[in-house]
Amino acid sequence: MAAANPRLTPPLALGLPLGVFFVVFVFAPLALLLWVSLHEDPTLTRFGFGQYVKFLGDGFNLSVLGGTLWLGLRVTLLALVIGFPLAWLYTRAAPRWQGLLLVMIVLPLLTSAVVRTFAWVVILGRQGIINNALLDLGLISEPLRLLYTPGAVVVALAQIELPLMVLPLITALANIDPNLRQASLALGAGHWRTFLRVTLPLAVPGLLAGCLLVFASSVAAFVTQTLVGGGQQMFMPFYMYQQAVQANNYPFAAAIAILLLICVLAVVVLVNSLGRLSKGFVHA
Amino acid sequence: MLSPTALPSPSSCLVSPRPSSTSPARQTALVSTAITLDDIQHRYGNTVAVESVSLTIAAGELVALLGPSGCGKTTLLRIVAGLMRQSEGTVRIGDDIVDALPTNERGAGIVFQNYALFPHMTVADNVAYGLRARGVDRRRAHDRAAEMLAMVRMANFGARYPRELSGGQQQRVALARTLAVQPRVLLLDEPFAALDKNLRLDMQIEIRRIQRELGITTILVTHDQEEAMSMADRIAVMHAGRVEQFDTPETIYDRPASLFVATFIGTANLLPGRLRVADDPRFAVACDDGGELLLPTATPCSRPGQVMLAARPEHLTLVPEAAASASGSDTATSTASSLSATVEMVLPLGPSLVYELRTGGGTTVKVTQPRTDQGIRFNAGDRVRVALRPGAPASVFAHG
Repeated sequence: MAAANPRLTPPLALGLPLGVFFVVFVFAPLALLLWVSLHEDPTLTRFGFGQYVKFLGDGFNLSVLGGTLWLGLRVTLLALVIGFPLAWLYTRAAPRWQGLLLVMIVLPLLTSAVVRTFAWVVILGRQGIINNALLDLGLISEPLRLLYTPGAVVVALAQIELPLMVLPLITALANIDPNLRQASLALGAGHWRTFLRVTLPLAVPGLLAGCLLVFASSVAAFVTQTLVGGGQQMFMPFYMYQQAVQANNYPFAAAIAILLLICVLAVVVLVNSLGRLSKGFVHA
Repeated sequence: MLSPTALPSPSSCLVSPRPSSTSPARQTALVSTAITLDDIQHRYGNTVAVESVSLTIAAGELVALLGPSGCGKTTLLRIVAGLMRQSEGTVRIGDDIVDALPTNERGAGIVFQNYALFPHMTVADNVAYGLRARGVDRRRAHDRAAEMLAMVRMANFGARYPRELSGGQQQRVALARTLAVQPRVLLLDEPFAALDKNLRLDMQIEIRRIQRELGITTILVTHDQEEAMSMADRIAVMHAGRVEQFDTPETIYDRPASLFVATFIGTANLLPGRLRVADDPRFAVACDDGGELLLPTATPCSRPGQVMLAARPEHLTLVPEAAASASGSDTATSTASSLSATVEMVLPLGPSLVYELRTGGGTTVKVTQPRTDQGIRFNAGDRVRVALRPGAPASVFAHG
């Protein structure tokens, strides 16, 4: 139908399959989700905003939402603190080391999130690697509680989402003209000043992209949140699963999903407008 | 325009590149500093980039490092700037050995080929950057930046971003930024390569003017011989990591020290032959293509044997073949002291005519004759004899 339309220019025609895919598998399910969330009862008979009123009017629900966003923020900051030096190291490394580093950085992406999560369970468990090592060294007399703590979730998620932070940062840092650093040094600025005034501002586009990716995927990381967190703290994805699958309350689960989506979109818009304010972003 | 003495205002006696020199800014800018390179060597792995270079650059002098790409000139500049540490040898700026000093403590201002302006800062912030890095407060740094921008005739561009400027304007800003911190020496890395030809000439004059006004010792890296000839007090011609000749532009043109210099600077006709000692003039080169050319001096090589004669197009003159052979014994010497060739092309270039000739042996020879010359004008296909003008400083190099 559309392909036969002579007014469709080649780029548009080439983009069409993806467009169709998006409509069928992304926008349609989202519309369905929204439609389901706008029902007062699980049997989908009465329209209304009751689910949203119920969610936003309840302190527990709001604490789950707040806790999830707070988790995303902590994971993002930790991934940034670990990821920036790693990206910096990569761009400053000799070419033969870069290959090795890149494999190490990308490797987590090549293994499934479930596998990586179980690795963290093995590391952090009561008889896990860390506890055994500390016991053997005689530093502790009984195993520490590491797994099923909020800290464990943050650390595990930061490690798992790290490539999403490091890859955009590498791109941004590698695009900075090395002469700029040298010009800064030649003008008498030290390494720290050069980093803060030249390198960091010019890396802002990559930094924001990395933060958004890590934030969006960590607030939705159902498997890791659930397995490493052990249900000690409720996060939005598990809440959604519980309401849909266990309580069979699809409209409420859909409303949770829509609210989480709105929150993530709000963060994306906020960060993008911040980026537009920064001059480095305008340049790149 | 600011006069040279007014340039570093008394209020800005704050920026000394080294903590040791606390003299007023006025002095820092006008008392310039010599640069001494002593037996510098640099290797990248097994590749030798710079091989035993020693240069003494006088205070206030503009020296061009000239050579083809890969000759080590940029490496040498980066070594002086401290952006690279040499494998061997010593760099002295003024009386100080600066080998152990990092870039930010050497007092060497560098202008990069792509200018390296900070894209996220305004022009004024770019120029003020070095001053801010030295702890000058914001207001004074910006006052000083405004002065520097006025000096490079960019006073109205302070609020712009680098991407909003043309290449020439960016270069002016880069120069202002570098000079704002009153470096002891100025290093220019192919500064004109990115400019179009007309703008290039303007900027060459401009930079030369500013350099003279400030009296700042300057090293210019370039692969463009015209640029080096027109701007530099002295030129160091580099080839394969070595300095082949370090002298004034005139000397380098008139008395090249090596065959490489002769061919790299200007145009040279290369005629292989055998050098022998004659009576008057004192030397003769028997060309492999037939004929013999006489010359009063043989420099730099005067040892008889196989040589390469390098004669510039204006060193040569043309005589008609017919005239040379017809007038018999009278012109015996001119026949003997010339080389037979055929005119292939005549190019009238304004004040002069350029002849492209081919010798019997197939060598192409270029000859430039002033158009006002009394001599005959030759046409393509004419048989002619080529001789050296009396007293022309053609060069002779040992060869083969």
